Amino acid sequence: MNISFILNGNKVKVEVSPEKPLLRVLREDLDVMSVKEGCGRGECGTCTVLLDEVPVTSCMVAAGQVRGREITTLEGLESSGAISDLQQAFKEAGAVQCGFCTPGFIISAYALLKENPDPSRDEIRVAVSGNICRCTGYTKIIDAIELAAKYNKGLNNEI
Amino acid sequence: MPVATPKKVKKDSNIRVDAQRKVSGKAKFIEDVEYKNILHGATIRSPVTHGRIRGFKNRDEIKNMPGVKAVITADEIPGDNIVPFVKEDYPCLAEKEVKFYGQAVALVAAETPEEAKAAAETAELIIDEYPGIYDSIESMTPDAVYVGGDDNVHSYFKIRKGNIDEGFKGADVIVERVYNSGHQVHCYLENQGMIAEPIQNGAISVKGSMQCPFYVHNALVKVLGFKYSKVRVVQADTGGGFGGKEDMPSIVAAHAALLANKTGMPVSLIYDREEDFHTMSKRHPSRTRIKYGATTEGKLVACEAEYIVNGGAFCTLSPIVAWRGIIHITGPYEIENIKADSYAMATNTVPCGAFRGFGQPQVNFANEILIDELAEKLNMDPVELRKKNLLKPGSKTATNQVVGSSCGMAETLDKTLDKIKFKEHKGNDKGPVKKGMGISTVFYGVGLGAEGKYFAKAGAQVHIKEDGTVFVAIGNVEMGQGAETVFNRICADTLGCSYDMVEILEPDTTRVPDSGPTVASRATLVGGNAVKDAALKVRDSLFKAAAQKMGVKPFDIKIKDGKYISDEGEIDYVDVVDLAYLSRERVAAQGWYKVENVSFDEKTGLGDAYPVYSYSTNACEVEVDTETGVVKVNRLVAAHDVGKTIHPPSAEGQIQGGAAQAIGYALYENLVLEEGKIVNPSLSGYTIPTTMDLCDVEPILVESAYDEGPFGAKGLGEPPMVGPAAAILNAIHDATGIWFRKIPCLPEDIVKELNKDINKEPKELK
Repeated sequence: MNISFILNGNKVKVEVSPEKPLLRVLREDLDVMSVKEGCGRGECGTCTVLLDEVPVTSCMVAAGQVRGREITTLEGLESSGAISDLQQAFKEAGAVQCGFCTPGFIISAYALLKENPDPSRDEIRVAVSGNICRCTGYTKIIDAIELAAKYNKGLNNEI
Repeated sequence: MPVATPKKVKKDSNIRVDAQRKVSGKAKFIEDVEYKNILHGATIRSPVTHGRIRGFKNRDEIKNMPGVKAVITADEIPGDNIVPFVKEDYPCLAEKEVKFYGQAVALVAAETPEEAKAAAETAELIIDEYPGIYDSIESMTPDAVYVGGDDNVHSYFKIRKGNIDEGFKGADVIVERVYNSGHQVHCYLENQGMIAEPIQNGAISVKGSMQCPFYVHNALVKVLGFKYSKVRVVQADTGGGFGGKEDMPSIVAAHAALLANKTGMPVSLIYDREEDFHTMSKRHPSRTRIKYGATTEGKLVACEAEYIVNGGAFCTLSPIVAWRGIIHITGPYEIENIKADSYAMATNTVPCGAFRGFGQPQVNFANEILIDELAEKLNMDPVELRKKNLLKPGSKTATNQVVGSSCGMAETLDKTLDKIKFKEHKGNDKGPVKKGMGISTVFYGVGLGAEGKYFAKAGAQVHIKEDGTVFVAIGNVEMGQGAETVFNRICADTLGCSYDMVEILEPDTTRVPDSGPTVASRATLVGGNAVKDAALKVRDSLFKAAAQKMGVKPFDIKIKDGKYISDEGEIDYVDVVDLAYLSRERVAAQGWYKVENVSFDEKTGLGDAYPVYSYSTNACEVEVDTETGVVKVNRLVAAHDVGKTIHPPSAEGQIQGGAAQAIGYALYENLVLEEGKIVNPSLSGYTIPTTMDLCDVEPILVESAYDEGPFGAKGLGEPPMVGPAAAILNAIHDATGIWFRKIPCLPEDIVKELNKDINKEPKELK
């Protein structure tokens, strides 16, 4: 079936079965490789994308559900510059180890900071609790999101 | 080798060299690497835990399914049907017998992943089911079903030091307890995956997620029957390993390569989470019986210990795991009389193998609770008891190895206690939520040690280009721990160039000789020394070129702030490179390092087991809800003596991440097997900690330089996982007055014990 939606600001059309997971559509049909499969069952958060600006695990969204809606991935946020502070903060805070979970965390953090530009550490913990990281123990990831919030206040009112 | 501290760097250069590609989503994990005309593999697996294979009922039907290009069974393996680990007992594909649920029996390649999966799911194997054995203690009984090894023993080690009977006679107080631990699953976020591709001249190339490219290379030579020169193994960005990608990738790679070899096409074999859970290695479940004897003054005089691990159906790395366990089982204490035995038992469960800590978290959990239990019996402060016995320079370990000058044991203890304010913690909790604090101390043999000494080597190549930028080829891998950054720093600081000039190439077995595995906290020490060796050789050329220009001798030159300096002047690094190119000096060199002077006598269990030890102390504060049994770790402080730190943010990250895995190990991670089959093979069934479960782990870096290490560094990857479990259970005791001797220590376990009137002594063992 033909499914059209907005991907990172551009209209795209794919010919896929409506039950195909969005994760597989993005990777296989649209070459969006920042979206990773860690479990395929909505348990780990490595495939997090924004669906109409709300973070969702794309492995649990069927292609048919996104028809006419808006999907944003790391690639889109990066090219618009919307996450440059978050990316810089992740690098500076040492929040990256193996990197497999990183895109998902950045998406969840972006959604949080957009809603709440000055979150407490506990609010950060809640916002990224659906993203699993096995390498870092999360401390430096939370540090990074706090740091990005500080940057945003000083440098960028967009996010 | 003189020890120098790496130069101070500005804040921005603290960023890891792999961070940019990872925050931009451009890192290429194996599933992100694109190939044209690729086939997809799937594995046909045993549906039983033990049985004889009678046949393959519908092989022709499978072969004719849509998209299917190949089906392979054991009889079609061109080389030996063995994936070589410590012993040669693990078949690449089961031929006559299956020994655990999910063991690979046959392979399928098809045009799409869905077609391959459908074919594998349709396959029907004819198997006569045998009774299985799933518990390591049962596996030791005389009438147990035979699974493998020597009477079901995969490996046995012992230590006999001093006179154990006399030792206990001299003890005023003796405590003996049994401690049990369960499986732990690595849960690297990226599942196992490999792509194999036939390349020119009849060779095969395999790329994928792995810790040990040379293990994979050896396995492919064995299984394909190829010459070493007809195999190439390249590591892709690897989404976590923690030991789970030490030996297991050899199996995945061998399967992918068999399919690629048969079809003549590239084949991708990528596991899903459930398949990974059922079939890849785990941390060994254990039973540790340990007995300490001490004088009333608190001097440990004797220790007897028995360590039994469930190795699963095949031997894989169990001997080395059990060996590391027994070397450390008596704790970081000097004790004169020791008797210790370790057994790795065969059962019809998924083979257990390497997992961060490698047999040590299990024994540390046991001895570090027992030392607190002993302190209670002696009516002594557990810190004081430890201080009377801890290893220090000149002490002898359990294997009679003399502790060298790089020993920050005492400093880690003092700094940890100071930071967590250990003395001030006694509260008067009135409500149902009780607070407690606990500690644990750890010593950790760095690297593979005497039982792995044949792998205790590494190579590297450093190659300076015309503009002064540098390619570094390495044999040890980045898997998240920060190795690329450490190698970058070691090379740049040796040459005197800036960090952004040094590129670390992807590990490739055709570039560098066998450098052993990337495990056992050895990459910095062994791989780092190889990089340094290569960089020093190239630097000789630079010294020569600079000396010629300045009219001095090469040894008159020093490097400072990116300049080559003598009494006659100074030249910038890039200009020195230019001079070296003009005078056609050698600008590339191979480096090499091997670990010397380790020994182990299997008759006595004595010897210089490891080249050096890292030391650490963990302290934590917990809250126990005595109504629900829920435990929350409020604070965890961990101080680690790492020799010298090469890259502080990565070192802290290792401590925080390792401690997080250990908190999961102690309190949450519960793999459930029923009749040998895992019943919760998912990240929601087997829960690992999320942001809501963890506190911020507070790392402390203690530096006690190791002369042999690059810039004085030792190793850090594994130690952070070793100690926290005991500290947490000691804190739970502090809060509740109850000794828990099993991990994971779940809320239901706690509630059950709290509901008993007294904390009963454990049953006496036979």
